[in-house]
Amino acid sequence: MSSIKVSTTINGDPTEYVCEADETLLDVLRNRLGLTGAKEGCSTGDCGACSVTIDGRLTCSCLVLGAEMDGAEIGTIEGMASGEKLHPLQKKFIEHAALQCGICTPGFLIAAKSLLDHNPKPTETEVRFALAGNLCRCTGYDKIVRAVMDTAAEMRRA
Amino acid sequence: MPLDNAESSTRKYKVVGTRPNRPDGVDKVTGRARFGADAVAPGQLVGLILRSPHPHAKIKGIDASKALKLAGVKAVVTSADLPDKTDGDAMLYDVLVNVMAREKALYQGHAVAAVAATSASIARQALKLIKVDYEILPHVTDVDEAMKPNAPLLYPKMITDGMDPKPKKPSNVVRRYEFGHGDVEAGFKKAEIIVERSFKTEATHQGYIEPHACLANVGPDGQGELWVCTQGHFMVRDTCARLLGMDFSKLRVTASEIGGGFGGKTTVFIEPIALALSRKANRPVKVVMSREEVFKATGPTSSSSIDVKIGATKDGRIVAGDATLRYQGGAFAGSPVEFGAMTAFAQYDLDNVRAVGFDVVCNRPKQAAYRAPGAPMANFAVESVIEELAHKVGMEPIDFRIKNAAREGTHSSYGPVYGPIGLLPTLQKAREHPHFKAPLGKNQGRGMACGFWFNFGGQSCVSMNIGVDGTVGVTVGSPDIGGSRASMCLMTAEELGIPYDKVRAVVADTGTLGYNDVTDGSRTTFATGMACIMAARDAIKKLCARAAQIWGIPEDAVVWENGHAKPAGSNAGNFPPMSLKEIAAQAPSTGGPIAGHHEFSADGAGVSFATHICDSEVDPETGFTKILRYTVLQDAGKAVHPSYVEGQFQGGAVQGIGWALNEEYIYGKDGRLQNAGFLDYRIPVCSDLPMIDTVILEIPNPGHPYGVRGVGETSIVPPLAAVANSVSAAVGVRMTELPISPPKLLAALEKQSAMKKAAE
Ligand code: FES
Ligand code: FES
Repeated sequence: MSSIKVSTTINGDPTEYVCEADETLLDVLRNRLGLTGAKEGCSTGDCGACSVTIDGRLTCSCLVLGAEMDGAEIGTIEGMASGEKLHPLQKKFIEHAALQCGICTPGFLIAAKSLLDHNPKPTETEVRFALAGNLCRCTGYDKIVRAVMDTAAEMRRA
Repeated sequence: MPLDNAESSTRKYKVVGTRPNRPDGVDKVTGRARFGADAVAPGQLVGLILRSPHPHAKIKGIDASKALKLAGVKAVVTSADLPDKTDGDAMLYDVLVNVMAREKALYQGHAVAAVAATSASIARQALKLIKVDYEILPHVTDVDEAMKPNAPLLYPKMITDGMDPKPKKPSNVVRRYEFGHGDVEAGFKKAEIIVERSFKTEATHQGYIEPHACLANVGPDGQGELWVCTQGHFMVRDTCARLLGMDFSKLRVTASEIGGGFGGKTTVFIEPIALALSRKANRPVKVVMSREEVFKATGPTSSSSIDVKIGATKDGRIVAGDATLRYQGGAFAGSPVEFGAMTAFAQYDLDNVRAVGFDVVCNRPKQAAYRAPGAPMANFAVESVIEELAHKVGMEPIDFRIKNAAREGTHSSYGPVYGPIGLLPTLQKAREHPHFKAPLGKNQGRGMACGFWFNFGGQSCVSMNIGVDGTVGVTVGSPDIGGSRASMCLMTAEELGIPYDKVRAVVADTGTLGYNDVTDGSRTTFATGMACIMAARDAIKKLCARAAQIWGIPEDAVVWENGHAKPAGSNAGNFPPMSLKEIAAQAPSTGGPIAGHHEFSADGAGVSFATHICDSEVDPETGFTKILRYTVLQDAGKAVHPSYVEGQFQGGAVQGIGWALNEEYIYGKDGRLQNAGFLDYRIPVCSDLPMIDTVILEIPNPGHPYGVRGVGETSIVPPLAAVANSVSAAVGVRMTELPISPPKLLAALEKQSAMKKAAE
């Protein structure tokens, strides 16, 4: 299969890679770039574990091709903290025990950040619907919702 | 073994019971934590598995010659590469056959061959080039169908065990179990009201978000390494080594971070195949399942068919309970019907009780343990009948349950006499809970149920190293599936009398520690936690000895208090207390490293009971059920880290809600699974649910120094019935089949209104 060369920006860093035409962005991130924070739970767009942002839009990276990313700005979980400073969502997820096994956590954090970027004062229902594309089998979502609501409140105070 | 039980209810804890941040938190929120599929090895190959498209077929031949000729293909394995080394161990033989089909494919998705290639796309092409010659056989996927006399047989020579007299004809029934005591027939004669019903539940999958994944590396010298997401890497080592004829000590297995298991990662699937491929190719091989493979070839739990009959006198005392349970466990013996029969009536104090279970095989994937395996379906049937019986007796269901609840001294339905148990406190707390008194609207109903799980102890081995800086490393062999490292640190810190943040727990590989049982049976916080406490006590003994040496007094004249060694009394000597840190700093000059150890097999896991309350609203137009409010009240013995205890309550409840309302394996007439993906096998999502309220009760377990009981499993037992009872209260129709999906509920509502009309 012929390889395709792609120039893109990942977490603010200019990044170039070559990939095959049938490789998903998730494959590229995980297998070519060593960014294994995005997880593959289904590869069909149903679990959200592979969530990233592309040009600011929340996307399942298993549903887009690596070859399509030329010129795009991609955000992954690896870019969420700035240096040693965790994003407030990351801190609150730990404090609220919003993860048990943690496999869903990167996806939830990306989705939650995307929600708060657009809606700094979500209601519980808005949080629940904004995160409905992310599956968590461990927590029953209670502590995740609490962590997101608490982060929103704290970020509004800041 | 001194367990200080008497102390456990009065003891004042310093760190146990607090809610510190977990040690692996930062790794998990930054994407740094390495799960099963996140490992790489230089030169690794991609392993893929070819699976049977047929639910039941004889394998007449496999021709891999074309695949082997494809450039980039480095190895192909079939059952011929996994010769039978099980030496008469029937359970291990079943594992071998499940890992790779031999004479027959027993279910759709059964592995028949595997390839290792230099890229995923070459491996995919190679799979297409492997030709398997199948002779299709008749199949059966429903438990009741499989028990019929003319059903297609999976094992044409299988005669049911545990029957008297022994049947002459073969069948799909592996074994009959019976539990109970008293005289059930005589009990029913005394009954003034009897309710009898039949129930069915569909198979559900554990649904962990991380598919099975491993990275194997075996050399021609017979030494190997395996990185794998599993609930028990020692089990993986022993099983794989036996299947492949390797020495246990030459296979080092490392447990990755694990993305959920719920019982489904307590056995092996891809691991022996990856090792066989790696051995043949002499290269590292990584195998990662797709979600479709996870649904078709791992998990799920049993589907069931259950009859329950319970009789009571008019004053609300149960006089007899009888149940017959039929569980299919997929194509192999070992459905959890035995546990179903044992737990069905475990929450009641009964003079006459019987539960009979039948373990049945059919053409489905081999069931794997799923959180309190076997109990939820039995509980659904019994607690549905209990609710109905309470109404017929004219009592509030909660009062009916309180009147008949098991308590200390009750002869349980499965044999033992209960010690101190927490069922009544959960019921009493439930009755006082604001949830119980909240008003309900139109089409809304409230249901409840009580559940039980045994909990398990088992083998644990812990090593504890005191650093010269006074910090402590705890090495455990139990994979951390939901925050257990935090609990291990809490218990260690408590026992040593040092702050939580001075302790770090790691999960060690199989080369580093003695054998540890699988993280299952809600055993880790109980048993491995107890091993941490014991290892800390061992370390304390040594710390005291060092202090004695420094002070020049006898060892038994030193005691340990609040993280300090102290002379036992004024006649022992007059020395200021020495902290752990001070003693540790002098370790190099007082005899070298200080470490504590403990290896044991834990008994005394305390049983755990829960009461759940559920409010739901049914849309009579669509048959859709919405959960409005949900409360879990459960006995934890002692909650070591309350947040993670609550998390177990909430997670189990929501899995149970999914089981009750949406989740099911759907088979076509062709015996093929029709919904092998998260789109059509719908687990609850965030917007389906309310907050899940929790109440932790602490009735200390006499078998643990702090009174800890396992909490991971009980929480999935009551929700099936609690949800079904709430739906029934909302619309007046008793739902006896799970899941209560909208089409099913709509059909039941239509039937009800037709019957009402006919009656008018
Ligand atoms: S892996 Fe992309 S949505 Fe599940
Ligand atoms: S924490 Fe395990 S799937 Fe969410």
